[in-house]
Amino acid sequence: MGFYVVKRLLSAIPTLFIIVTISFFLIRLAPGGPFDLERPLEAKVMENLRKIYQLDKPLYEQYWLYLSALMRGDFGPSFFFRDFTIRELFANGLPISMRLGFSALLLALVVGGTLGVVAAFRQNQAADYAVIGLATFGITVPTFVIAPVLQIVFGLTLAWLPVGGWNDGALRNTVLPILTLALPQIAVIARMMRAAMIEVLRSNPIRTLRANGLPLSVIVRHALRGAALPVVSYLGPAAAALLTGSVVVETIFGIPGVGRYFVDGALNRDYTLVMGTVIMIAVFVMAFNLLVDIVYALIDPRVRYE
Amino acid sequence: MSEVSTPDTLLEAASVASPKGRSLWADARGRLARNRAAVASIVVLCCIAVACLVGPYLTGHGYDQVYQNYVRVPASFASYPTAEQLPPAVDRIASRIRAKAEGLTDTGPTLRLTLTSTTTRPIDERLLVYFERSNLFGRAVATGKEDEGRRLLVEAPVNRHHFWFGTDSNGRDLLTRTLIAGRVSLAIGVLATTVAILIGVLWGSTAGYLGGRVDLVMMRVVDVLYSLPFIFFVILLVVFFGRNFVLMFIAVGAVEWLDMARIVRGQTLSIKRQEYVQAAEAMGVSTRGILTRHVIPNTLGPVVVYMTLLVPKVILLESFLSFLGLGVQEPMTSWGVLISEGAKSIQGSAWMLVWPSVFLTGTLFCLNFIGDGLRDALDPKDR
Amino acid sequence: MAAADLNAPAPQPAGVPVLAIRDLDVRFRTGDGELRAVKGVSFDVAAGETLAIVGESGSGKSQTMMAVMGLLAANGAATGSVTVGGEEILGLSPRQLNRFRGRRLGMIFQEPMTSLDPLYRIGDQLAEPLLAHAGMSRKEARARALELLTLVGIPRPAERLDSYPHELSGGQRQRVMIAMALANRPEVLIADEPTTALDVTIQAQVLDLLADLKRRFGMAIVFITHDLGIVRRIADRVVVMKSGQIVETGRTEEVFAAPREAYTRMLLAAEPTGRKEPPPADAPPVVEARDVRVSFNLRKGWFGGGDRELVAVDGVDLLLRRGGTIGIVGESGSGKSTLGRAVLRLVPSSGTVRFEDRDLTSLDRSAMRPVRRRMQLVFQDPFGSLSPRMTVGEIITEGLLVHEPAITRAERNRRAAQALEEVSLDPASRNRFPHEFSGGQRQRIAIARTMILKPAVVVLDEPTSALDRSVQKEIVELLRDLQRRHGLSYLFISHDLAVVRAIADEIIVMKSGKVVERGTVDGIFRDAHEPYTQALIAAAFLSKEAGPAA
Repeated sequence: MGFYVVKRLLSAIPTLFIIVTISFFLIRLAPGGPFDLERPLEAKVMENLRKIYQLDKPLYEQYWLYLSALMRGDFGPSFFFRDFTIRELFANGLPISMRLGFSALLLALVVGGTLGVVAAFRQNQAADYAVIGLATFGITVPTFVIAPVLQIVFGLTLAWLPVGGWNDGALRNTVLPILTLALPQIAVIARMMRAAMIEVLRSNPIRTLRANGLPLSVIVRHALRGAALPVVSYLGPAAAALLTGSVVVETIFGIPGVGRYFVDGALNRDYTLVMGTVIMIAVFVMAFNLLVDIVYALIDPRVRYE
Repeated sequence: MSEVSTPDTLLEAASVASPKGRSLWADARGRLARNRAAVASIVVLCCIAVACLVGPYLTGHGYDQVYQNYVRVPASFASYPTAEQLPPAVDRIASRIRAKAEGLTDTGPTLRLTLTSTTTRPIDERLLVYFERSNLFGRAVATGKEDEGRRLLVEAPVNRHHFWFGTDSNGRDLLTRTLIAGRVSLAIGVLATTVAILIGVLWGSTAGYLGGRVDLVMMRVVDVLYSLPFIFFVILLVVFFGRNFVLMFIAVGAVEWLDMARIVRGQTLSIKRQEYVQAAEAMGVSTRGILTRHVIPNTLGPVVVYMTLLVPKVILLESFLSFLGLGVQEPMTSWGVLISEGAKSIQGSAWMLVWPSVFLTGTLFCLNFIGDGLRDALDPKDR
Repeated sequence: MAAADLNAPAPQPAGVPVLAIRDLDVRFRTGDGELRAVKGVSFDVAAGETLAIVGESGSGKSQTMMAVMGLLAANGAATGSVTVGGEEILGLSPRQLNRFRGRRLGMIFQEPMTSLDPLYRIGDQLAEPLLAHAGMSRKEARARALELLTLVGIPRPAERLDSYPHELSGGQRQRVMIAMALANRPEVLIADEPTTALDVTIQAQVLDLLADLKRRFGMAIVFITHDLGIVRRIADRVVVMKSGQIVETGRTEEVFAAPREAYTRMLLAAEPTGRKEPPPADAPPVVEARDVRVSFNLRKGWFGGGDRELVAVDGVDLLLRRGGTIGIVGESGSGKSTLGRAVLRLVPSSGTVRFEDRDLTSLDRSAMRPVRRRMQLVFQDPFGSLSPRMTVGEIITEGLLVHEPAITRAERNRRAAQALEEVSLDPASRNRFPHEFSGGQRQRIAIARTMILKPAVVVLDEPTSALDRSVQKEIVELLRDLQRRHGLSYLFISHDLAVVRAIADEIIVMKSGKVVERGTVDGIFRDAHEPYTQALIAAAFLSKEAGPAA
């Protein structure tokens, strides 16, 4: 197992390298540049800027410079947020996004999992239909509809919670964003859990438990472990997506996370910011996929990594 | 062993008439027809689609037609202008004509009134054109003159409008815009999905069937693309293609095929182990024949299910891009654009969020139920 | 119910029914309306007796006992009465039912490979019923689980407690299932085709184990099976079922000696009968294989390294003459199927294969194509070997598309009709789909698909194993008939020597990829040297002496 993990970590390096290379050239091939403002800059100023940010060098040289800086852990300065380095931007924003994402994930897992199990045991009864309806609702209603509705209801009408703002992470400020982030995940997890549970409850091992007159608690324990497998596979990419921030939620609630950087970076041709975001997301995705595989092996003894 | 069949054998073949069997597809259709949620969803979805296709011609408004008098009019069945709106509007017009309006009688199609000049000169009848310019009225006609033209009896046909869904902040009819937006959203959903399915099915079935190193390399490509942030692609595509949404969604489809490829590959791997594929191999059927006759038809079940779930995904993606301001450009619109506009003005004019959301959510609901229904119908292990 | 001493026989008053079933009806709601699987079945199970419920697939024999255990699928419902020691149990809630299941009634199933939870250790699973019913502590339960594993004859039981199901063979898993069902000394053990999925020699061991446990514990056994050989061997009484109803019951020896009902007589006579005329000794050889060797690389992923080699077929020779049939017998994993595929050059192999004086060894895929027409393959699973979305006509004529692409649609249609007639199917069924046919009919379709190409050699890979006995017999007769008419040569792969005897001239017995014994049919049956062969023969002819004249 240890050997397997090392192998996976090593094989992540070439993948990461490919991703960095593709993104580097793609974003630089995009029309426009970081200093194309609405009011064009003077040619001299422009030239100076390009020199400072090394954009005057040939592409392959820029690529080489970027790669070697990357090796030293230097992600470069931001072109758009002029006073910050990429590292600083992420050091400030990532903990915020991760905190929201992690809370939402936990909430989604607990609520979604419970709903799914309840629905599976009450298949084709009122409770089941209620969960299916709720889940379908959660999947179909976009977050940018849910968020303003929550703001109106809890922020303005009831005035229980602030409409937005981060306020140094005060609990009151995090409730609505977490809820908005969690709702679609609750829906997906509830659906998956229900489907997996129904499948497992019909399987031969559960029939064996029933034939041996074992109580519901034992059946649930066995079924949960079997039904957890597909949910675990889903959780990897979902966790990566949640922890790296959501543009919609962070924009609507005015939260200084990293979710916005991608869109800002790409639209403003902030090359280093885009690269930083790509690398961050890719690292999260790969890390969580590895984590999923490890958890999978812990749950299912048939899976053996060598 | 004649290479060419004689009339005799043709006759013989025809005489052995054979009843049609019930294919698995027919079975699935039957099961789907018994699924009430799915059938209702199909009906609703068809209604939405027809409304989006035909509706804009019937609403009597252009999707980009601006009514300055009716900005942010709430949704209602009442016709505009309302009884309260007429007198101030008439007063405004009258003052331009330098007259005073009196004795307003609303007969429904026309408005009768008397204009009395506020000056000593008679009223210039040509100035009645102000009525028409206001958009509220048609061509006003003077039906009588009194006091040497200083009093004018005027009949002006009223332009009655219905804004069942209200209007937006530019005074455009929301119903028409919602239906037009539906066209765009549905078209984008179908277009991108078709592209995704085509690439995904071909990629996945080839990788799965050929196996070995080919499979390894092809799926490695999929893995790498998976690790690339999806939104990165989409935003880059916007950057590259500008706001040409057709091109863009062909490109989105070209990105969305990854899941499809994985599903089809898994399916192909299991079909490959089926004895009917081995039987075809043993008969010497070529790889192409096996793929087209045996593998692909049998992967279609999950593909169809995935397709009904991919369409809502793409529609949501489009609305997400619109939210970011990267979607369809004004005055063209999509549900996502309407919703993000509505979300901005949710406090004063909730209808602007409600109606597009109802259509979008309704469509997505239906597609989800149809997808679930199809899955149950095509894979009936419940029974 | 307290846990009783494992080795003391339970005091059972003889003759009193422990399980009584009255007017049992089982209905399933399906998409096509209601299906009545069991129709008014009544019978008793006396304490300590072994009752066999016999019937072909679809007779309702399994669903009867599933209803008793409250294990029907969600869309099924049972009416009537089921009493255990006088207490009604039909219609009880799962919680109430659990006072009976696992305590007074135990059940084991047909699918030992999937019946245990793959995610839990054997010891933990065995302990569950002890914890739930016998009120034992974890420690006591573990000790008892070890005793139970020893009792059912699992080698190295202490180690096996911590094994996972996938580390055990099918036979061992069925033994664990038995241990679990018997953990609380039930009065009735229901065994639903417990040996069907196992190799024949393992089958015999499991049956011996059941008989041995019954002697020790004195529980009643309800044994559901389609195999009359097993009935004859273990049952005191028989219940014969057909389409949801009981057609005959009686003491085993009486039913076997003098069956009253036509259906029972048909079942008893359903052993494949008759023999095949051997081809003349100077018949020309059609297939000649020398030193065939097949090995698979068990690769370990992207980085390779440490590949392991599995030798599936290890240096086999064979010579098949025109009109002759070689039976290849052995258990699962013996390499018999792989050998068949190697002869057809469907798996890479070393050694030489000659077909009609042509060396196939060096031919590549496209060069093999014309040869494929003359060498055909029929599979075991008539449900898996027909493409489910093609019509029967399309399935049968697919080979013509490859080998005679020039012929017209009408001509293909005519040939399809002809081929269906040849296998005694209605030619009018051309436009129907495989799922509309029974197992036996599907196998006929699969045979028609090979016959349409007028082959010289057909490899038949367990073509009768998935079929009911009576259908097996018909297929064997059809194959013999086709062989006679068209001078075909067969390689007949099977684990069932009863079937092989009815169709083959020669027998090759394979074990672990090697030929352990070969000879004529008579020779093998008269004096098989290998204990392995003897075991296969014994397993195939459990009911040999029982049936009225095989």
